[in-house]
Amino acid sequence: MDDLDSLEAESIYILREAFSRLRPLAMLWSLGKDSNVMIWLAKKAFLGRVPFPVVHLDTGLEFPEVYAFRERYAKEWDLELIADACPPIEDVDQTLPPASRLAARKTHGLRQAIARYGYQGLIAGIRRDEQATRAKERVFSPRGEDNAWDFRDQPPEFWDLFHLDFPPGTHVRVHPLLHWTELDVWRYIAREEIPVCPLYFARDGKRFRSLGEIGITFPIDSEAADIPSVIAELRGTHSAERSGRAMDHEGEDAFERLRVGGYM
Amino acid sequence: MRDKRAFPIVVVGHVDHGKSTLVGRLLHDTGSLPEGRAEQLRVQSERRGLDFEFSFLLDSLQVERDQGITVDAAQIWFRTALRRYVIIDAPGHLEFLRNMVTGASAAEAAVLVVDAKAGVSEQTRRHGYLLGILGVRQVVVAVNKIDLIDNDETHFQAVADAVRDYLGGLGITPAAIVPLSARHGENVVDRGARTPWYAGPTLVEALDALTPRPPAEHGPLRLPVQDVYRLQDRRIIVGRIESGRVAVGDLVRFVPGSQTARVASIENWNGPAPATEAATGRSVALSFDHEVFVERGAIVSAADNAPRESHVVTVQLFWLDRQPLLPGDRLSLRFGTAEQRVTVEAIEAVIDVESLTAAPALALPQNAVGRARLTSVRPLAIDSFADSPRTGRGVLVRDHRIAGGFVVEDLPGQSRNLTAVDAPVTPEERTLRNGHGGGVLWLTGLSGSGKSTLAMRLLRGLTDRGRLAYVIDGDNIRQGLNRDLGFSPEDRAENVRRTAEVARLLADAGLIVIAALISPSAPQRAEARRIIGDRFHEVHVAADLAVCEERDPKGLYRRARADGLADFTGVSAPYDEPAAPDLRLDTGELGIAEATQMLLAFAEAAFVSEAAATGPEAARPPG
Repeated sequence: MDDLDSLEAESIYILREAFSRLRPLAMLWSLGKDSNVMIWLAKKAFLGRVPFPVVHLDTGLEFPEVYAFRERYAKEWDLELIADACPPIEDVDQTLPPASRLAARKTHGLRQAIARYGYQGLIAGIRRDEQATRAKERVFSPRGEDNAWDFRDQPPEFWDLFHLDFPPGTHVRVHPLLHWTELDVWRYIAREEIPVCPLYFARDGKRFRSLGEIGITFPIDSEAADIPSVIAELRGTHSAERSGRAMDHEGEDAFERLRVGGYM
Repeated sequence: MRDKRAFPIVVVGHVDHGKSTLVGRLLHDTGSLPEGRAEQLRVQSERRGLDFEFSFLLDSLQVERDQGITVDAAQIWFRTALRRYVIIDAPGHLEFLRNMVTGASAAEAAVLVVDAKAGVSEQTRRHGYLLGILGVRQVVVAVNKIDLIDNDETHFQAVADAVRDYLGGLGITPAAIVPLSARHGENVVDRGARTPWYAGPTLVEALDALTPRPPAEHGPLRLPVQDVYRLQDRRIIVGRIESGRVAVGDLVRFVPGSQTARVASIENWNGPAPATEAATGRSVALSFDHEVFVERGAIVSAADNAPRESHVVTVQLFWLDRQPLLPGDRLSLRFGTAEQRVTVEAIEAVIDVESLTAAPALALPQNAVGRARLTSVRPLAIDSFADSPRTGRGVLVRDHRIAGGFVVEDLPGQSRNLTAVDAPVTPEERTLRNGHGGGVLWLTGLSGSGKSTLAMRLLRGLTDRGRLAYVIDGDNIRQGLNRDLGFSPEDRAENVRRTAEVARLLADAGLIVIAALISPSAPQRAEARRIIGDRFHEVHVAADLAVCEERDPKGLYRRARADGLADFTGVSAPYDEPAAPDLRLDTGELGIAEATQMLLAFAEAAFVSEAAATGPEAARPPG
């Protein structure tokens, strides 16, 4: 087994644990590369069929290429897609900086989905190497009644005996890609030939390294127009993956505030 | 180089001995920081009126900077010329021992940080001890803040000897003991000028000399069952191979229990080719040459080398919950994918981490390590940690919380401290007296299929013929014996188990027992058959879901649909159709009288003709 085989086996194990114990269960599909990898892993875990809905928290502000990708692969991958609109920006904490406030709409959309469908488990594609705050996460991460994440009082998690026993009113975020790196994700996409949105590849010297809403997500300078060049580029870079995501940089604690409030 | 999976290490040690500073230094000196990160933190520090600290690189959460301690196990990557590492920065503060355990359990090796001036302290010892239980045997000791003892060799040697002695008592030989200064970058990556007397490796050289633990390829097969899926008409068993390997054609055994089967196929989606074997660490999906009735929690094992089954287990454990562990406490024991209720029969000892001696104890307080004896009602199929580390360990759960971890020290060979007492009245004698044998008719089917109605008519019919019969109705037993049980998968399993045990007792007493309960799970019905033995007869009371829903005698389907009742069989929970019932009654087609007649005839044939065979004539001694 090589390192990608190990990562795949671990993620499949996590997805099967979640499906065995958490119902109703759903997967968050941001339409980005990581959540496409998650869907792929779910098809492997469940032998070809994703046995739970995938939820896109739709702000209406995704790039057109992203919507096109959603329409195409929801059909091709035979997904049960839930794409409800997030609540309007007016509902969001006005003290947050502008980009964070826009991002927080997703948190509201997530709360709405939890309230509407009663999910006990939500699978999300975050990774430890993306952002220091996410490095603190558990694979199975319980949230209280208000969806809050209390990073100071997290349950222990060891030997893959994940926390699966929850009092009523809690829901659990499940993070099957927590141990992957950005480079692992791309190498796996290359190996498995997993489709991704074309915005990840350079056009006119620019490409997106991380996808978010129009207006708060910016491309990086790049000539990487296909998967091998993206991998080569990442092998040489030292800059942070989310450098094109405005809400991460609006204050040293803005992202942490988003996450405590329930953001992915 | 970056493509290889990172080598996970954990940094442990007493609070304030400099763990975060050391990690910050490692990141910085190996050139592993994102561009601008150090500069960004220098600016932030300045704004706060602080000197830049290397620990700030890790302590990126607001609250940590406010409190000045690291809260949780953040994973950080760095790289050397040899390979990539992922560091789990485990905190040293006493109340966060659960985080140290979380971090260390995922590590191949540990860096134990010891303050040169303060020397070996409480947490140095406790962390060292836990590394042993957690199975982290490769340890590099970093004697930090060497400048605070004036870079003195003699002083360093005294600290090094104390650490070596302590770890030696735990059976751990440190790979290296490195004098260093994280703050000044001495002997971390670069060799320093302050310790010309030191000829050993720098910290990074010592780390590069460590090797990954080999996977348990050569151990016996251990594949804890995560779930059972259905693919077309086949049952597929999924799980991860924790030890050994599995190949198509292998004979395997399912424990607990004695079922065996041969692996028919290894299923996958979009795999390179049909797999014929799979190695340790793989998540697999297996089908077998015949139907096997197992559930999550069973272990697929080598046929000739399976875990032992025992009702008593002695464990070494660490306790993380605020409420101490006491004798008599009831907990859930989880290992592999299994979960079992256990009772703490005795706390045998608490370990004094200072002296490494075991002292008698009445309780195990938070963060203590000790030894306890646990008992369970159902047999535990578990390995000893020495035989199979990955399946010989687990966690203890109390009140929805993971409250501790354990490794199995000892499994008594005998399965229970009880022996069945022989009764002076034999079943044959009862059969003779009653004119029929005892046994169980197990009526399974959807809610509304007619189980209760048929059971009551059969009871009437049998009683009118002078048979001793009794009905155990699922709804009734749930109001008494099983009123503590709900409808979760675990509770359903326990409901079936208890019902089967009661049915067996009544059958022993000579009664024809009619058990009417949905019992939707095939593995659970197989368990009932195992408990009751040959006298178990499965009767499938079959009716289409649509028919049952139309009848809906208790209005339950309407509620299930309207209120989204969870775990309602047929609607929000599955029903496993019996593959080969002893009798199948389609109540959608048969009239009630007709179905009752068939059932009555079946019961007479099963229990009464048997009585005739062992009746007075047959029982007479030959000659």
